[in-house]
Amino acid sequence: MTGSRERILARVRAALSDVPRGEAAEDVRVPRGYRRAHGQGPALDLLADRLEDYRALVRRVPAAGVGEAVAEALRRRGASRVAAPDDAPEEWFASCPAEVVRDAPLGEGPPLGVAELDAVDGVVTGCSVAIAETGTIVLDTGEHQGRRALTLVPDYHLCVVRAGRVVDSVPEAVARLSPALPQTWISGPSATSDIELQRVEGVHGPRTLEVLIAE
Amino acid sequence: MSGTFIGMPAFPAAARRAVQDAQLRHNLRKATHTIRGKRGEAVGELDDWAELREAGRAIKDRTLRHLDRYLEQLEERATAAGATVHWAADAEEANAIVTRLVRATGEREVVKVKSMATQEIGLNEALARAGVTAYETDLAELIVQLSDDFPSHILVPAIHRNRAEIREIFVRRMAEWGVPAPEGLGDDPRELAEAARVHLREKFLTAKVAVSGANFAVAETGSLVVLESEGNGRMCLTLPETLISVVGIEKLVPTWADLEVFMQLLPRSSTGERMNPYSSVWTGATPGDGPQDVHLVLLDNGRTDTLADRVGRQALRCIRCSACLNICPVYERSGGHAYGSVYPGPIGAVLTPQLRGVQGPAEASLPYASSLCGACYEVCPVAIDIPEILVHLRERVASGPGHAAERAAMSAAEAVLGDHRLLNMAQRAASAARGAVPRRLPGPGAGWTDTRDIPDIPPRPFRDWWREHEKERARGDGPGAAGGRADREGGER
Repeated sequence: MTGSRERILARVRAALSDVPRGEAAEDVRVPRGYRRAHGQGPALDLLADRLEDYRALVRRVPAAGVGEAVAEALRRRGASRVAAPDDAPEEWFASCPAEVVRDAPLGEGPPLGVAELDAVDGVVTGCSVAIAETGTIVLDTGEHQGRRALTLVPDYHLCVVRAGRVVDSVPEAVARLSPALPQTWISGPSATSDIELQRVEGVHGPRTLEVLIAE
Repeated sequence: MSGTFIGMPAFPAAARRAVQDAQLRHNLRKATHTIRGKRGEAVGELDDWAELREAGRAIKDRTLRHLDRYLEQLEERATAAGATVHWAADAEEANAIVTRLVRATGEREVVKVKSMATQEIGLNEALARAGVTAYETDLAELIVQLSDDFPSHILVPAIHRNRAEIREIFVRRMAEWGVPAPEGLGDDPRELAEAARVHLREKFLTAKVAVSGANFAVAETGSLVVLESEGNGRMCLTLPETLISVVGIEKLVPTWADLEVFMQLLPRSSTGERMNPYSSVWTGATPGDGPQDVHLVLLDNGRTDTLADRVGRQALRCIRCSACLNICPVYERSGGHAYGSVYPGPIGAVLTPQLRGVQGPAEASLPYASSLCGACYEVCPVAIDIPEILVHLRERVASGPGHAAERAAMSAAEAVLGDHRLLNMAQRAASAARGAVPRRLPGPGAGWTDTRDIPDIPPRPFRDWWREHEKERARGDGPGAAGGRADREGGER
C-alpha cells in the first residue's frame, strides 16, 4: 500500500515534468471575476420564492411568533410526536400540540435510535445558513440543528430560519461555513428526476420540507 | 477491468444498432431536450457564468499542475480528521482494498451511493466474487442493477428507459433483491419512486457499511463532498458505521473557498437546478455523528497517464456534470451504451481512450464518435476543449499500427500538395477523369462513402480558369466574363 502511494506520487510528478520546477501552485492564476452575489432581489423574498419553487412549504413569521407558527404547522401536519435537537429553544414548543422527543446532547447518553427516528411524525430544527439565490438551507450540526440522522430519517422536516442566518449567495454561505463540522445542504424536499426527467418530490429523505422564516 | 464494457463492439457498430431502436431514440430525444432546456434557464440566470467557468477551469488547472502537493495535503488533513487514506494504483488494487475493508467488518452487504469511480473499477462485481452484495440506492442505478443493464448516462443512468419499461423491471425483479414491488404497481413516476423508497428503506436503516464516491475532495481541509437528489446519499453517508469512499485523484480542489465556484457550476450544469436537493460534506469522522470508521481510497487507474498528455490532461478537469452528453447530437441519437464505457458521450470519447489507451478497437473508435461540432466545449462548465482532444487522440490512433494505407495516402498527398506543378498535373488529370469517378468508392474507401458524397470535381482546375479569366479581362472582355462564370457554376452543379 505504501508502495502504491509512492508509485502514484512518482507517476504524478513524472507526468508533470513540463511544469517548471520553481512554479508554486499559487503561481497558477485563478481569475475571480465572478460576483459575490447576483443582486436578484431582497434576500428573504428570494429565499421564499426559491423554496416554493422546489415545492417546500414556506411561511414568513415575526420572530416573536415562532412558537405559534410551529404549533400551527404541526397541527396542520397532524403530528403528535416530533423529534428535536437537545438545544432547540423552549419557546419554539411553548404552545406545541405534539410531544417533543429531544435527542441526547452529544456524549451524554445514547442518541435517539434509527427506529425511534423512523417512528416520530417529524423533526423541528434551526439552521446554520440559508442561501437566498438558490433556496438552500445548510445544517452543520451546530446550534439548534442536532445530529445529521435527526433531520434525515423522519418524513417531515420543519426548519426555523432566522433572518440573520440568510445570505444572498453561495460564495457568502461558503465563507460563513467551516467544514470542520459535517454539513448537509438542503434545497427543497428529497426529489428524483430519474424517470423520464420528470421531477418527483419525495424519495428517501424527508418528503415534506416546511420552512418558517422568522423576521 | 471495466473502463469499457467487456465484449462491447466498437462505436460505429454499436451506434448503428442503437439508432434503429425507435423507442430508444424517442426516450433519448425527450430526455436530452428536457434537460438542455432546464440547464439553459439555470445558467442564463447568472450573468457571471463566463467568469465562474473561467474560475472553475483555472482552479482545476492549478490543482492538476500541482497534484502531488495537493494529494499529500489531502492525505494529511483527512488523516488528522480521523479518516484512513488508502492509495490504489489500478482497479484491481482499489477493489482489493475495498473488499478487505468490508470483510474486516464481518458484513456481507453494503449500500452504495451512485459513483462513477466504483463503476469504472467494477467494484460491485469484485465484491460479488468475494461474497458481498452491493445494493445500488440511487433510483436510476437501482433500475440498471435490477435489469442487469449498463448505465447509459453519467447523471441519469437509466435515461434510455421509459416509465413502462421501469415498471416492468420493478415488478419482475424487486422481489429477488429484497422488498417486492407493491401489488398493482402503475407506471406513474410518483408510484415508481414510492416503490423504490419502500424497497430500500429497510436496507438504509440496517446497513452497517456504505460505499460512496465523491464529487469533490478539499485538499486544505480533508473534506469530501457528495451532491445528490434523493436522500439515498445522505442515508449511506450518515447511518452506517463504516464508510468507504473511492475517489479519483482528479477530484481534488485546493481550498474550501473554491467550492463557492463549483457549487454554482455543477448543479446548474448537470440537473439544471439552482441547487441539487441534497449535498453532504464530511471531514474524517465526527464523534457521535455519522460513520466512525471512515476510509478514503485514492484511485489512479490511468489518470496519471492522462495527466502526462499535455493536450489530453484537461479532460481531468471534468466534474461529471454530463452537460456535454445532453447537448451532443451524436449522443442524442446513439445513446450511452454505444460508447461501450461507463463514461459515455463526448467526455467519454476523450476520457476512456486516455484512461485505457487506444490499443483496443472499442477505445480506438471513440475519438471518431463525434462530428466535432464543438457544442460540448460551449457547455462545459470547466471549459474542456473536447474537440481539440478528439483530434489529438485521432492523431494518436492514426499513428498506431494498422493504418499503413492511410499513412501512405497521406504522404502521397503531402508530396502533391507541397509542389504546385505536381498539384496542377493532378488536378488536370482529375478533371479529365471526372466522368469516370463512381458515386461510391470501391474497396477500403467504401466505408468513407457510406456516409458521405464524393465531392464533385470541377471540369477544370481553378488555376486554369483564373489564368484564362485574367487573359480575357486583359483583352477587355470585362470582369467576371460570362463564359468563365458559367464554367464555375457548371463545375459546382
